[in-house]
Amino acid sequence: MRAILSFLVQRVSLSLVTLFLLSVMVFIAGQVLPGNVGRAILGPLADMRAVELLNTQLGLDRPILVQYWDWISNFVQGDMGTSYIFRAPVAPFVFEALGHTLKLAAVALVLVVPLGIAAGVVAALNVNRPLDRIISLGGLSATVLPEFVTGIVLILVFGVWLQWLPISAAWPPGAGLTTQIYYLILPALPLFLVLFGYIARMARSGMIEALDSDYVRTAVLKGLPWRTVIWRHALRNALLPTITVIASQTTYLVGGVVVVETLFRYQGIGSLIFTAARGKDFPILEAGILTIGIVLSIATLLADLLYSVLNPRIRLGGGR
Amino acid sequence: MSVEPADISLPGDEEKRRGGLAQTLALLGRSGSFVIGFGIVAFWVVCALFGRHFVPYDPLADDIINSLKPPSAEHWFGTDQIGRDVFSRVIVGSRDILMVAPLATLLATVAGTALGLVTGYFRGIVDEVISRIFEAFMAVPVVIIALLVVVALGPSTTTVICVIGLSFSPLIARTVRSAVIAERELDYVSAAKLRRENTLYILFVEILPNVVPSILVEASVRLGYAIFVVATLSFVGFGIQPPSPDWGLSISSNYGMIGGGYWWTVLFDALAIATLVIGVNLVADGVQGALDA
Repeated sequence: MRAILSFLVQRVSLSLVTLFLLSVMVFIAGQVLPGNVGRAILGPLADMRAVELLNTQLGLDRPILVQYWDWISNFVQGDMGTSYIFRAPVAPFVFEALGHTLKLAAVALVLVVPLGIAAGVVAALNVNRPLDRIISLGGLSATVLPEFVTGIVLILVFGVWLQWLPISAAWPPGAGLTTQIYYLILPALPLFLVLFGYIARMARSGMIEALDSDYVRTAVLKGLPWRTVIWRHALRNALLPTITVIASQTTYLVGGVVVVETLFRYQGIGSLIFTAARGKDFPILEAGILTIGIVLSIATLLADLLYSVLNPRIRLGGGR
Repeated sequence: MSVEPADISLPGDEEKRRGGLAQTLALLGRSGSFVIGFGIVAFWVVCALFGRHFVPYDPLADDIINSLKPPSAEHWFGTDQIGRDVFSRVIVGSRDILMVAPLATLLATVAGTALGLVTGYFRGIVDEVISRIFEAFMAVPVVIIALLVVVALGPSTTTVICVIGLSFSPLIARTVRSAVIAERELDYVSAAKLRRENTLYILFVEILPNVVPSILVEASVRLGYAIFVVATLSFVGFGIQPPSPDWGLSISSNYGMIGGGYWWTVLFDALAIATLVIGVNLVADGVQGALDA
């Protein structure tokens, strides 16, 4: 237990450093790189005095360090600033959008984790037979394709030609959870395809390694049924590296989600960021990106924790 | 009075190295995935370079009367909402992405190799600081980092190349770093240190040639992903800018009508991106297989 605790403290402090650096980068990109923010908002034809007035109103004429401190200390307390476009506090927009995004990501994960692991295990049990080739090659091709490309094809096939699923994720107002999930299946599929290959590949190689190990041979030789060998001995060990991969893929998952949201007109954090970017609404843009960074750090931490709980070498303080 | 460092290479070394190259090429030729991937990529490179001269229509010329015509003998892939020929646009649309993605990969490879050599060789505080900055860079998806920088600096091809190049460099640096850490303990590096070669010489002349295979594999994988990111950025409006017939850009301006059944305005562009990305990944797969052998 103490081993896990010290491991956790170490990981949390590392992610705090990462988040601090990310916040500096986001701040520089949002407040320093654009040069004159007032000019960027008002356009090249605006009067010089109007630009200066706007800059003063936004507090952009103060020293950079003061601006950074102001921004980050308010952010930590939950005040994400005021949107340039909506003239309203940013936080409610970000939280509502984040909720939508997590819903979509959850649907994708719930579909992909069991199916990806199952496919990897099936491939491992049929190494180098046609079924393995199909799963491995199919998984690899699906993984490398951009989500909006597979998304377009999926919309055409399932939305336009077969008309099985709605082509937009915007469900009718007041829809229940099942209806919402029904609207989210098609948007979740491109994300499913990207992750499926990674998870299946890791589960496959983990399983092949486990099947090749001495403990599996011992289990077979002492006469355990094959089913028990697979479920109780091989699979458990094969899943450890897979969990790490699922965690490391959350960044890609979120990167995919923001694009898929645009394609399916879904009001998540990706749509929010892109809308803010087009309107040069830097407070929303910065808050949205930093929020994504925080969510991803938490996801990575949870995965590390899960991994350390499942892995006796870390749990018992051995190993490193 | 200076003593020239003794030439300690054996007479056969040079031939062996060349033999290695020929052997690698032979292995590549026999790898099915490499040959297929190379064919696909070569097709799109030819389209990018010469497509302009053999397409039936000007990819930018509108023809409002013939807008949104389904595929036919005159327009093989149909026409888009202002009557532009989709076939010509798909062929010529390979040009920008095949310029931006390889240049970004090249930048990432050069910067990543330099950083990886330095962090892997020196370790310690330099390594620690650079690794933390890398982690911050990789804490959010590349598409979002790229979006942030493109918005801040204004969209231009140069910005897109630089931001993708720089955001990929940590990944290449990480690969190079771990290869260098393995190399720096080997005898030839100690020998070079004993000969009092300067550090730059050791890094670039002694160590670099030995980590080139890992760099090549990583760069070929990154190229596939660079195409992924450029296409995605163009689709969300922050990559290649109009009036280019770029694939991602075409999809973004046409997918709004997808519910109306105008499938030809987006499907062929989507397939073009898919074939290019899969082609590059097959090449990467082949390169990896041949260098591992």
